[in-house]
Amino acid sequence: MSEKKPFSLPVVGEVDRRTTLKAGAATLGLAAWAAALKPMVEWASSLDRDEFFQKHYRELTREQLQVILHKLTFEARKETGKPVTVKDHKPIPGVVFAYALNLSICIGCRKCAEACHVENNHDRPSNQSYIRVFEMQKGGIDFEKGNTTYDRPVPGKDKYYMPVQCQQCENPPCVSACPIEATWQESDGIVVVDYNWCIGCRYCEAACPYHARRFNWTKPEVPPDEVNPNQSYLSNRIRPQGVMEKCTFCLHRTREGRMPACLEACPTGARVFGNILDPDSEIRWVLENKRVFVLKEELGTKPRFYYFFDK
Amino acid sequence: MLGRDALMLSLVVVMSAGCSRSAPAPIELPDPVGPPRFPVVIRKPLEAPKILTGSVDEKGNPISIGCATCHTTNPSNPEARLGTLLTKFHQSLRGQHGHLTCISCHNPDEGYASLRLADGKRLPYSEVMQLCAQCHGPQYRDYLHGAHGGMTGYWDLSRGGRERNNCVDCHHPHAPRYPTVMPARGPNDRFQTRGSHE
Repeated sequence: MSEKKPFSLPVVGEVDRRTTLKAGAATLGLAAWAAALKPMVEWASSLDRDEFFQKHYRELTREQLQVILHKLTFEARKETGKPVTVKDHKPIPGVVFAYALNLSICIGCRKCAEACHVENNHDRPSNQSYIRVFEMQKGGIDFEKGNTTYDRPVPGKDKYYMPVQCQQCENPPCVSACPIEATWQESDGIVVVDYNWCIGCRYCEAACPYHARRFNWTKPEVPPDEVNPNQSYLSNRIRPQGVMEKCTFCLHRTREGRMPACLEACPTGARVFGNILDPDSEIRWVLENKRVFVLKEELGTKPRFYYFFDK
Repeated sequence: MLGRDALMLSLVVVMSAGCSRSAPAPIELPDPVGPPRFPVVIRKPLEAPKILTGSVDEKGNPISIGCATCHTTNPSNPEARLGTLLTKFHQSLRGQHGHLTCISCHNPDEGYASLRLADGKRLPYSEVMQLCAQCHGPQYRDYLHGAHGGMTGYWDLSRGGRERNNCVDCHHPHAPRYPTVMPARGPNDRFQTRGSHE
């Protein structure tokens, strides 16, 4: 009854149609696989071993961090020819930062966005900035009707202006969204990103209700003579391609006690910055004496960025 | 940390400390126990303004004269307002500042070489903020609490000082409304501009 089929290897001897197709598909598949891997291989060749095996920022020992900072500094100097220093600024104990912006006197000149662009070594072609200024119709607060691309003398008639940047939420949705803890909140309230740990999935960008996060589609292009040499690991060092970035309240300045760049650039004095734990600080006076509100309060994000009015 | 009242007091003390043509005097904050505090310097306006005569001296430098050159002999017109059309001098002077007359702020007793407060006290030009504060109390209050007017420097005064603008750095006294400006270029926003990444 049972017919005995002579044993043969699939590709040797009798080659049926099915086997040919299989072999063909396997070959094509391999080629596609190789093509798909090509960018990865190219990327990996530009990545050295140390960088690939670098630990998470918060797990680095002091010595390991020093090695990394030294390497980043060396590379930045080589690339830009400028005396760049990449430091690591730690939060100041007893300090929690808060920011307030006076909508009554902001005129929408975008000097803050421009200062951010320069200070944080942002990509020049896209004119990137962590600050987006909305031109809004007086009488409402509908961001859908806000315009961020206005290009006419300001302040316009019946308009008010609302700069929006990272709100440094006390309850940051972007941090919970990150699958690999590449972004977290520090003790002074600043939400930071480890650019060497971020995988660029952009979940945090989608999670942020203020649309405050930016993605580096390309490696930021900054002409060497325009590079800001005062850099920090968690803030304005030139980011690699494919990672998220965000406003850090200029931690490389503010953790040295200085004002953020956007505040210094504001010609009207609409911005107030300081330590919310210091009862004598300017920011506390504003919060205690002005009509203050936060954006999208109903979401429970508890922003540390406040808006207020004079009247 | 030092009390806010002490800071305010120090600001007032420095601002009323008389005129100085040199660099702005730093504010020394007495704080024997706390950490050392760096000064908050308020930029001072120049002394009494000068007017270009339109002629030049033998070296080609423009000649300017002080207010008193003419005003010691020309009596003041107490009715002249900022909007009044002046017929003899200052024809180009236009202004928009409430219903103020010239001598609401300028001191005719000194040939306009100083300012004058509402109570008749003389005030040097460098202390102009006191004059503004007579009417603009809320702004002055906000200023003293760091919530009005541009500044640069340190938020943490135990680490460094601060420099602050005065009223007339930003507001022209004759037309104080902040001028209309062209905005700086903004970032490309992919939600509002087509085609480019943000």
